[in-house]
Amino acid sequence: MIDMSADGSAPAPAKNSLHAADERTRRRNAAEKRFRAYGVAAIVTGLLALVFLVYAILSNGLPAFQRTVVNIEFTMTQEQFDEAESALLKTRVYTDFFIGALTDSLETRGLDAEFDGGTVERLLGKVGGTLRSHYRENPGDIGQAISFELPASSRVDRYFKGTFTRESVGEGNRFMQPGDLDLVDALAEAGVIIQTFNWQFITGVDTGVDNPGGAGIGASVLGSFMMMIVVLVLSLPIGVAASIYLEEFAPKNWFTDLIEVNISNLAAVPSIVFGILGLAVFIQFMHLPQSAPLVGGLVLTLMTLPTIIISTRASLKSVPPSIRDAALAVGASKMQSVFHHVLPLAMPGILTGTIIGLAQALGETAPLLLIGMVGFVARYPETFLEGFEGPNSAMPAQIYNWASRSDAVFTEKAWGGIIILLIFLLSMNIIAILLRRKFERRW
Amino acid sequence: MNDMRLTERATDMKEIKITAEGVDVFYGDAHAIKDVSVEIEDKTVTAFIGPSGCGKSTFLRCLNRMNDTIDIARIEGDILIDGEDIYHPKVDPVQLRAKVGMVFQKPNPFPKSIYDNIAYGPRIHGLAKTKADLDDIVERALRRGALWDEVKDRLQEPGTGLSGGQQQRLCIARAVATEPEVLLMDEPCSALDPIATAQVEELIDELRQNYSVVIVTHSMQQAARVSQKTAFFHLGILVEYGETGEIFTTPKDSRTESYITGRIG
Ligand SMILES: Nc1ncnc2c1ncn2[C@@H]1O[C@H](COP(=O)(O)OP(=O)(O)O)[C@@H](O)[C@H]1O
Ligand SMILES: [Mg+2]
Repeated sequence: MIDMSADGSAPAPAKNSLHAADERTRRRNAAEKRFRAYGVAAIVTGLLALVFLVYAILSNGLPAFQRTVVNIEFTMTQEQFDEAESALLKTRVYTDFFIGALTDSLETRGLDAEFDGGTVERLLGKVGGTLRSHYRENPGDIGQAISFELPASSRVDRYFKGTFTRESVGEGNRFMQPGDLDLVDALAEAGVIIQTFNWQFITGVDTGVDNPGGAGIGASVLGSFMMMIVVLVLSLPIGVAASIYLEEFAPKNWFTDLIEVNISNLAAVPSIVFGILGLAVFIQFMHLPQSAPLVGGLVLTLMTLPTIIISTRASLKSVPPSIRDAALAVGASKMQSVFHHVLPLAMPGILTGTIIGLAQALGETAPLLLIGMVGFVARYPETFLEGFEGPNSAMPAQIYNWASRSDAVFTEKAWGGIIILLIFLLSMNIIAILLRRKFERRW
Repeated sequence: MNDMRLTERATDMKEIKITAEGVDVFYGDAHAIKDVSVEIEDKTVTAFIGPSGCGKSTFLRCLNRMNDTIDIARIEGDILIDGEDIYHPKVDPVQLRAKVGMVFQKPNPFPKSIYDNIAYGPRIHGLAKTKADLDDIVERALRRGALWDEVKDRLQEPGTGLSGGQQQRLCIARAVATEPEVLLMDEPCSALDPIATAQVEELIDELRQNYSVVIVTHSMQQAARVSQKTAFFHLGILVEYGETGEIFTTPKDSRTESYITGRIG
């Protein structure tokens, strides 16, 4: 091409204006435009799916963070207390006192309402029992005006959240009668029934099927946290040590190749396989306690190790070899060159990989099913150690558990649990980004 | 510096620092260095020249056992420094490399401060007892690297922030900070501009006072400017070795002649 212009004897190419695109250029530009359109379409599809997902989760899950309570000020005198405690049906007497107080407070607001013990139980559950246990535990409150927030029953709660309507109330419904909802409306009008933020959902423990409103995810958050401690403490040092050895020290031969291939394969093994392995090895063979976060953590460690090893090796590989040469050339030993120079440079990648691995483990459910971490967990562990070896659940397992119960309030809790799980995952990813920013250095 | 009256250079015999005898290097099955024997003098700049791929870097890396880091590399023959076999099983390559410093083709400062770049070697070898000692060593090394005046006010800034030429001088200063006796340089100027190259060449000439310097270069002009002895490699063979002046004016081998007149390479 170049010699043509220099040599006068060569045929001069036809002159083309730069202002008019030729056929080839036009076709190339069209292809480029098409490709961009495909790209934009793909991204828009992805974003739409994401928006739909977020909308579904928020609209279904946010109600779990609200609950309907009956807010009432109640005074129990010493005589009333003694009278109730000496009665045969103690909680019944408490309920009667409560009804009295409620009627009084409604009357002062100019409301005239009729209700009996049955109504109260349908709307509020077993109020008598709640009151009794409160006063037995806090005798100092007797004679004082105490402001109670008593959770409303699941149907009342759902009535306010719009998932339970008047049409759903049939004649002879044991849980709700047509007149009840009128009373509920009146109470809401009077400000006795209100909606508050449901702290109990965050701090509470799982409840039986008869009390879906009180169920909380707190204990399983703790269970997940304990598992993550086990995973972090085991998989980070083991994974990093293995990667450093394989990447920097191990001779390259068929045996290390085999190990390498197997690590990549392990990363693709379905998690339920690790679950059954954990069941066989940790529980049946080593007799570690069932349903314990310790065992869950061990299983998840097995699952997380390949991820950590692969990402650590990738970040070790990405450190320029010239840095290793530089260190060796001033007389650093292999180990010094790795620990003083290579590892600090690989740190951001290692930390990111670890956190991504932890996040994966946090959301893992299948292996937990096999080692029995889906049980009903009605209390917090009492000691730090019991947090590891006592039976507990984990967030995803708890969500699974709630989703499989029939009461609609539990379904709502499951969605709410998803929100909490996602908040954890999101925070972990943000931490990963921040750490990477902080440790990232240029060379 | 640009003294081209090559034949008039001092040619008095110096002490022998490095002796190589019948050295062969293999990368797997590839025979990269074939039966090379050479004696390198102390307080002299020795240049390795030759077309690319002829094994200059390979042979240079044998002198501080950097080839140990390449799994498939295998070396046969003897290399002696001050009469001691450096491939003797009792020799720890780490100790050897403190004695034989190396500067690479591409400047490779650590991603740390200028100060830490220099101080790293002395620290790991325990050369300084106190902070003041270390400060001294750093200053001396930077002065020898002809970099002190440019960086003395910003020792805590990253070494990677310097210009290419400064980085290479930093690497030279880092290499001399561990008090080596031999300094190996693998095409130290090939990534530098002409001005930086001139500065580094001047520095090399000064380093000759204290060290035995071996420099690989693909530039014959550079070899002519800085070295007293020149070795010409071709296809893994040491074709010719002698006074730089003689190699460039009256080469004995026809291949050397072809190369320096620009017909090979
Ligand atoms: N790490 C290595 N692995 C395999 N072969 C290598 C390696 N380094 C160099 N070689 C081969 O050894 C020969 C000499 O290379 P080298 O010493 O780098 O030459 P030069 O520095 O003179 O350009 C070349 O053929 C090169 O391909
Ligand atoms: Mg080379």
